[in-house]
Amino acid sequence: MTRPAHQVEPRERLANLYRAESRRVLATLVRLLGDFDLAEEALQDAFAAAVEQWPRDGIPANPRAWLVSTGRFKAIDRLRRRARFDALLGELAARLDEQAPDPAEQADELLEDDRLRLIFTCCHPALPPDAQVAMTLREVCGLTTEEIARAFLTAPPTVAQRIVRAKARIRDARISYEVPSPAELPERLEPVLRVVYLIFTEGYAPAAGDAVLRADLADEAIRLGRLLVDLLPEPEPEALGLLALLLLHHSRRAARATADGEVVLLPDQDRSLWDRQQIAEGAGLLRRASASGRIGPYTLQAAIAAAHAEAPTAEATDWDQIVRLYDLLARADPSPVIELNRAAAVAMRDGPATGLSLIDAILARGQLDTFPLAHAARADLLRRLGRIPEARAAYQRALDLSRQEPQRRFLRRRLRELGHPADDG
Amino acid sequence: MKYLCLVYADEAELNALPQDQVDALIDETMATNEELAASGHLILAEALEQVASAATVRVRDGRLSATDGPFAETNEQLGGFWLIEARDLNEAIHIAGRLPSARVGTVEVRPVIDLLRERSPR
Repeated sequence: MTRPAHQVEPRERLANLYRAESRRVLATLVRLLGDFDLAEEALQDAFAAAVEQWPRDGIPANPRAWLVSTGRFKAIDRLRRRARFDALLGELAARLDEQAPDPAEQADELLEDDRLRLIFTCCHPALPPDAQVAMTLREVCGLTTEEIARAFLTAPPTVAQRIVRAKARIRDARISYEVPSPAELPERLEPVLRVVYLIFTEGYAPAAGDAVLRADLADEAIRLGRLLVDLLPEPEPEALGLLALLLLHHSRRAARATADGEVVLLPDQDRSLWDRQQIAEGAGLLRRASASGRIGPYTLQAAIAAAHAEAPTAEATDWDQIVRLYDLLARADPSPVIELNRAAAVAMRDGPATGLSLIDAILARGQLDTFPLAHAARADLLRRLGRIPEARAAYQRALDLSRQEPQRRFLRRRLRELGHPADDG
Repeated sequence: MKYLCLVYADEAELNALPQDQVDALIDETMATNEELAASGHLILAEALEQVASAATVRVRDGRLSATDGPFAETNEQLGGFWLIEARDLNEAIHIAGRLPSARVGTVEVRPVIDLLRERSPR
């Protein structure tokens, strides 16, 4: 089963393999060993064994199967040695040894399913949302605790604790490691899609701090979105819609900021910088999602993003279509933020005064009073209506609320343009 | 990344343990260390003499002073340490949880920093 190594150094090959395969191998080991921590130890053991043996014996024909079967063997061995101090571990070792079939003989589909099992377990509804995000980034994407903490501007021990508690919860609540049945799938997929979306938005428009650092979170989210589309037995329309949405938004990344990190709003973006390949891929996915006839909120948002992406110029944007899509979205997934976006689209179609009265109505309900973008949108409409002092006050309110550095710079710029230096108080 | 796992325990409680329990703890610790060495996680692990043997050293205004005992009086004393290599904080926490000492004391897990990185560029 081994062949001599050639061309690529085993060590270099091993490093590449770790990046490409470690998550898949972990996903299968969790199934075979029934425990995250034991699987992680087994994964490290398997790669340690590979470092030792491959340069000497050559790289096995099927490295993934070798890693899985070595990891499983090492874990059982480990448990047997620990049984000296804890007899229960000996029983566990014996049970694992009997039960598990030789993983080398397992079909690829089963191994692919393990990756889905891992995602559904990390996003299990019994876990709190921030734990779902941390578990997914660490176990599925392979980020370290410290990287996740940096991405979410949290302290590493806080993230570590979420992960420790999540694993304890999975163990204590005996959450089974499985892909939900077709009947449960839509319900169980919902938190998975939300986690992917949250990871993307944190990378795309981080809630605080400097944006530039977090571009790779958006890449991780797209990778996860692709994984879902590729692995789900029958691609769920909303999984297609979500990936379409992420790609369509991501396609604009080069145009969203100037070289020195200043925000460029959609109407002012250089559309030649948009990634046409991603737009085409997103549009294709959107068509597949729409063809299903079951159109959910992610697909509707993707349709809105596509309407922007397909307009050759900002002026040529089909605002009527966008308003109609927002109407559907507001019905499918009612939220004040969607109403706000709808109001901005109405302002483009029917003029700033109409949009302003809608935004004022939303703000009057008090729901978005602390949301900086609501005040920024209101300020923009006031500015277009020539009501400059009110526009200034609204920009200032947005600035007071915003914690995103690029957004704050943008708001200060607007205030300066209105002849009013920002009050950073 | 490197992490230092510092074990704190109440010396009086440890001293009161019957010898067979002490032996079991030592055997298990040695076995755990072997495992950690085999998996590439262990850099260095040592147990420490009791705090009564400690001396605290300072140099102030060029003068060295040495005093008896530890720097701070606490209920739990530093009894040993493991310097480990781990992928991230969660792996380090998991390893700390496997140390038999975690069952008799508490283990503080601290990431090791690279001093040169902390230094401003020359």
